[in-house]
Amino acid sequence: MSEIKSIKGKAAALDRANVDTDQIIPKQFLKRIEKTGFGQFLFYDWRFKEEGVLNPDFELNFPENQGASILIVNENFGCGSSREHAPWSLLDYGFKAIIAPSFADIFHQNSLKNGLLPVILKPEEVSYLLTEAKNEPIELTIDLENETVEDGKGFSTKFPINKYWKTMLMNGWDEIEITMQLEDKIATFEKKEAIHS
Amino acid sequence: MGKSIIDKIWENHLVHQEEGKPDLLYVDLHLVHEVTSPQAFSGLRMKNRKLRRPDKTFATVDHNIPTDNRYVIEDEIALNQMTTLEKNCLEFGVQLAGIDSPDQGIVHVIGPELGLTQPGMTIVCGDSHTSTHGAFGSIAFGIGTSEVEHVMATQSIWRAKPKTLKLEINGELNKGVSAKDVILYVLAKYGIDFGTGHVIEYCGDTIRNMSMEERMTICNMSIEGGARAGLVSPDETTFSYIKGRKFAPKGEEFEAAVEKWKQLASDEDAAYDTVIEIDAADVAPMVSWGTNPSMTAKINDSIPTLNDCQTEVERKSLDRALSYMGLTEGQKIEDIQIQHVFIGSCTNSRIEDLRQAAEVAKGRKVHSNVRALVVPGSQAVKTQAESEGLDVIFKEAGFEWRDSGCSMCLSMNNDIVPPGEHCASTSNRNFEGRQGSGARTHLVSPLMAAAAAINGRFVDVREMMNAETVQ
Repeated sequence: MSEIKSIKGKAAALDRANVDTDQIIPKQFLKRIEKTGFGQFLFYDWRFKEEGVLNPDFELNFPENQGASILIVNENFGCGSSREHAPWSLLDYGFKAIIAPSFADIFHQNSLKNGLLPVILKPEEVSYLLTEAKNEPIELTIDLENETVEDGKGFSTKFPINKYWKTMLMNGWDEIEITMQLEDKIATFEKKEAIHS
Repeated sequence: MGKSIIDKIWENHLVHQEEGKPDLLYVDLHLVHEVTSPQAFSGLRMKNRKLRRPDKTFATVDHNIPTDNRYVIEDEIALNQMTTLEKNCLEFGVQLAGIDSPDQGIVHVIGPELGLTQPGMTIVCGDSHTSTHGAFGSIAFGIGTSEVEHVMATQSIWRAKPKTLKLEINGELNKGVSAKDVILYVLAKYGIDFGTGHVIEYCGDTIRNMSMEERMTICNMSIEGGARAGLVSPDETTFSYIKGRKFAPKGEEFEAAVEKWKQLASDEDAAYDTVIEIDAADVAPMVSWGTNPSMTAKINDSIPTLNDCQTEVERKSLDRALSYMGLTEGQKIEDIQIQHVFIGSCTNSRIEDLRQAAEVAKGRKVHSNVRALVVPGSQAVKTQAESEGLDVIFKEAGFEWRDSGCSMCLSMNNDIVPPGEHCASTSNRNFEGRQGSGARTHLVSPLMAAAAAINGRFVDVREMMNAETVQ
């Protein structure tokens, strides 16, 4: 995973609540055995009218949203299935961060593990950004180190992020590597277990 | 202040604790299936890592497997995913209940059935319905593929301790009302994110009086309320279910295990972050009408109107859902016509579910507009049902009788609902496209699904049941 310090880019608005992972990446695309190449299937049933024909009414297909790297959505984003294909497809499509008033737990965790930054803002802040982004394209800067989101036009706010995850993301660390340094502790736990059971 | 079962299991599994970090928890059982594991096995291989405890890992194929002829897999990508699991299990020494095995079935059906699932355990699987196993008094939750790889490599997982939610249900359920209706009622009342950040403990006399299969149905859908895990403190019902199962402790070891398991139940004075109380008498047969499981109403009620909505977000969601479902605001649930019925999934595919559905189907015929499938949760459930003659009842009524698998719950195999058609389904999610692009899913209990199959629309199953046939 590469290091993340800050993310600057165009933000696209998808003003929907409870977007589930079945919408983010429908099940027919979960059969691949690789982690790559899922971007083409992102929001498939919403993005395409039929195979290969884009749905012009879907937000991500609007010309002004092309090249967006930040997605602004409404509450409880990523609910449902645990498929990590959801953050893989968002990343592969080009998103680096998702801004929402709340995320579903498993999606939140899966995003952090893959370096897709989930940014939680207050509902009124998300509502403001959704309205702004719907009117005209906006550029946002998400500064992970200082935990801020700014639009360069006066909007500036802090976002909460767990210190552990902040460190992991900023350093691009491999979690398994870190855990393996605790090998002694795991082995001790297993010995103790073996005696008790 | 006493401890809840959640506190107790957490403490028993702490490998490492450090200020400013989540806790490192030991994992007792890692269940694996073909869809969320290939990238994890590849990850191990790339870094030349071993799978630490093959003896605590168990795999099966369930998501992709055909239910009509399991040996004919036309989808090459699906076939590749399944054979990849076989190769991976062989290479890393993981036990696999494969396509030929009598133990094969939906991962959340076979774990309990084989006695792998036991009280006090931490259980993970790359599947959000892992919460099912909480019915045995274990902390069981779904994880993504990165964490699947992490557990394979280290047999442990980083977790911040979740908040606790006590959901107490007391009273007697009305006839024709099942565990599925209880959890759908909870979701209808409290929404799809009331449990986010929490582990739910289900308690109260209604839960105590439930069988293990009913408890599994409830715990299974904890994730539909946003809670990664839901559990029930173990009791005699739990212990007698486990006794004698393939991987359960035997003889004296079993007795010793039961003594340990008895200590797990939450203390009387345990504290919880949130408490919800429900009166079982309020629950009726439920039917979901929208595109998430909280969009659910009682059979005798109607779909809400836009005027009923409290917020703009709610209004938009209702509007979208109605348009997707092809339904109108204020429409009566009993007026919804259905073309498909699916009885199956990790929520409702166990023997008691099939017995209930068969009770309604017996001596009746599936409506001429309806195609109805019964997909047992495991090959063992299938065999048991056949020994009881349930397959004959279903087939005579016009249901298709299939092999086990996830099937039409998420339609990764060929069991698909065509666009625009309505399906009464005993599964757990009614998201857009879940059962096929444009498919319209209605979540119900096995009793209600069978009743819908006979009538071609939703009916109150209580009207079809007489006192003698009620369990």
